[in-house]
Amino acid sequence: MSAASANEGERLLALIGSPNSGKTTLFNALTGLRQKVANYAGVTVEHVMGTMAVDDREITLIDLPGTYALDALSPDEAVTVDVLHGRIEDVDAPDGVVVVADATTLARSLQLVGEVMRHGLPAVLVLTMIDELKARGGAVKVPVLARELGIPVIGVVGNRGIGIDDVRAVLAKSRTWEQDPHDVPEDIEERYAWADAIFEKAVTQPNNESTVTDAIDKWVLHPVLGIAIFAIVMFLFFQIIFVVAAPFQDLFEGGVLALGELLAGVLPDGLLKSLLVDGIIGGVGGVVVFVPQIALLLLLIALLEGTGYMARAAFVIDRVMGWAGLEGRSFIALLSSYACAIPGIMAARSIPDPKSRLATIMVAPFMTCAARLPVYGLLIAAFVPQTSILGIFNLQGVVLFGLYLLGSVSAFVAGVIFKRGVLRGATYPFYMELPPYRLPTFKVVGHRVWRGVRAFLTKAGTVILVASVLLWAALTFPQVEPPAEIAGDAAAVATYQVEHSTAAKIGKTIEPIIRPLGFDWKIGIGLIASLAAREVIVATLAQIYSFTGDEEDFEGLGERLKNAKHEDGSPAYPLPTVLALMVFFVYALQCVSTLAVMKRETAGWKWPAVAFAYMFVVAYIGAFITYQLTEAFLT
Amino acid sequence: MAGSNLPLNQLTPGQDARIEAIDVEMPASLRARVMSLGFVPGSIVRVIRKAPLGDPIEYEVRGGRVSLRKTESKFLSVAQ
Repeated sequence: MSAASANEGERLLALIGSPNSGKTTLFNALTGLRQKVANYAGVTVEHVMGTMAVDDREITLIDLPGTYALDALSPDEAVTVDVLHGRIEDVDAPDGVVVVADATTLARSLQLVGEVMRHGLPAVLVLTMIDELKARGGAVKVPVLARELGIPVIGVVGNRGIGIDDVRAVLAKSRTWEQDPHDVPEDIEERYAWADAIFEKAVTQPNNESTVTDAIDKWVLHPVLGIAIFAIVMFLFFQIIFVVAAPFQDLFEGGVLALGELLAGVLPDGLLKSLLVDGIIGGVGGVVVFVPQIALLLLLIALLEGTGYMARAAFVIDRVMGWAGLEGRSFIALLSSYACAIPGIMAARSIPDPKSRLATIMVAPFMTCAARLPVYGLLIAAFVPQTSILGIFNLQGVVLFGLYLLGSVSAFVAGVIFKRGVLRGATYPFYMELPPYRLPTFKVVGHRVWRGVRAFLTKAGTVILVASVLLWAALTFPQVEPPAEIAGDAAAVATYQVEHSTAAKIGKTIEPIIRPLGFDWKIGIGLIASLAAREVIVATLAQIYSFTGDEEDFEGLGERLKNAKHEDGSPAYPLPTVLALMVFFVYALQCVSTLAVMKRETAGWKWPAVAFAYMFVVAYIGAFITYQLTEAFLT
Repeated sequence: MAGSNLPLNQLTPGQDARIEAIDVEMPASLRARVMSLGFVPGSIVRVIRKAPLGDPIEYEVRGGRVSLRKTESKFLSVAQ
């Protein structure tokens, strides 16, 4: 017995089951909101712990990652096995195991129940989806199953709460669970035979009558329509982000400008006013206005996952991923990277093959993350006209789609290069399940959107705030005396100050390197500052143009960029420069957090260093070609 | 009846077959995994559908639905 059971009164039970068994629904029903998400010490697999109170006693439950077997292939599965053996630091060996199995797939999962029982921990079986089994004409004799297995068995309908009280009552008595002495065969084929004998006595197999999911899949996964639907879903995804978010974004932008105007009106002229209005509202505010777009992106991803379409998309595109030596799960990891590379890189843990996993991690930052949205959003809204194409598509949405496509195709090509080159190796098995279609609940979707928005706002309040203040200081100091002839002109004085600031000195130092890309020193400062996080370039430009902008006329940053001029009067943002800048942001890995997560996931600085270097080189070359080509064509 | 066996990936959607054997060429870790997914000798497999691009293929086996690529399913020999 484990160390934890020496501590009377406290019980630790582990929930184990295959993916889609309803394990997490049961866990949520048992623990409610008393949950804590943490990482296992040493490895990066998340574990969710929750507590439930029964009879004045508290029982702690661990929700283990879903697994089909206890022969660990992926890091996720290794954790499951290690927890059962008590080999994980900070987590005691469980006192018992709750095996969760979908009643409709018992012919498969009974052998997993046996495999868990072999481990010798007291166990109990919870059968989910018994309503589904009945609806399809099947049946299970719970008492017979319990007698044959020699462990308690309870049937539940997790999402409707039926049977949950019975589970609580059984878990409360976990001390009395017995491990029946009859042994379960070790060999998997013999274990199936053992399971089949029990299955025969206790279960009536459901008919294979087709379900609603089948009816939908007939169209959604149709050989021809399936590809068309996949393409339409992906395209609409980006159209919606731009078209639907725009009015909300205008609202936010109006709010930020009004706040700046208000503060500018009440504060006395001086450094404090400059710090608040130009530095903080100009910098952080310029980034915060993109909350609607980010919320919408997260909402769409949550809906795709919640309805079950995400797995179908992986199923449709798997063949293509196979050409790159990757697999459908890499696609899911890469699609998650549209929100942010960090969850994408973490989702790669579910890929069993270490080389495919590493290749996925190495290309994930090419996927257009939410942090690029402010950059693209700013440039597209300012420089791409709102023309409609074919009467239905908005040109701005099409350009955004093009940028996403460029990033995704590049990730794919880089994947091919990695898998054919340094990361070549044996392929691991590919298998996946298509979950039934479901209407996602408001609670789950809302929670995911809120978590993502909160993370973005936290970043705005920390990394971006600090970067904005540092930038403000670099733009404000050293304070210089303007020449007498412009002393009366406030805008000219401000421009003179910025031109002679520390930031300008740094920017002008690197200007020769970035001039071939069509970038001036102001963009150069933005590029340096955005090494912390991509959105910081928006904050930087917002600040620079907030300083030099007309105090009386509070226009949006996009308008300011459009009107910006070089000293010789030529526009500061001609189209080739804008395009080159967007291409640079497609490729460059400007994100400290991503590098840190890469280091953690690959256990060292080698791979993040390689990623940063190759992505920077690709970004520079890509921007160079874009600028030089468009410059040659347009002039 | 060894002559009538064929690899699982050659069945067409809607067809049923019984798994007869798993090729000894199949790497051990792959073999163990497809077996825990329900693909063991004796199991009845039905082909549900092919992905629009032809691979992977979704199967129904032991009450569950699992999609496999040809790289795995070619090792499973079945008899109709």
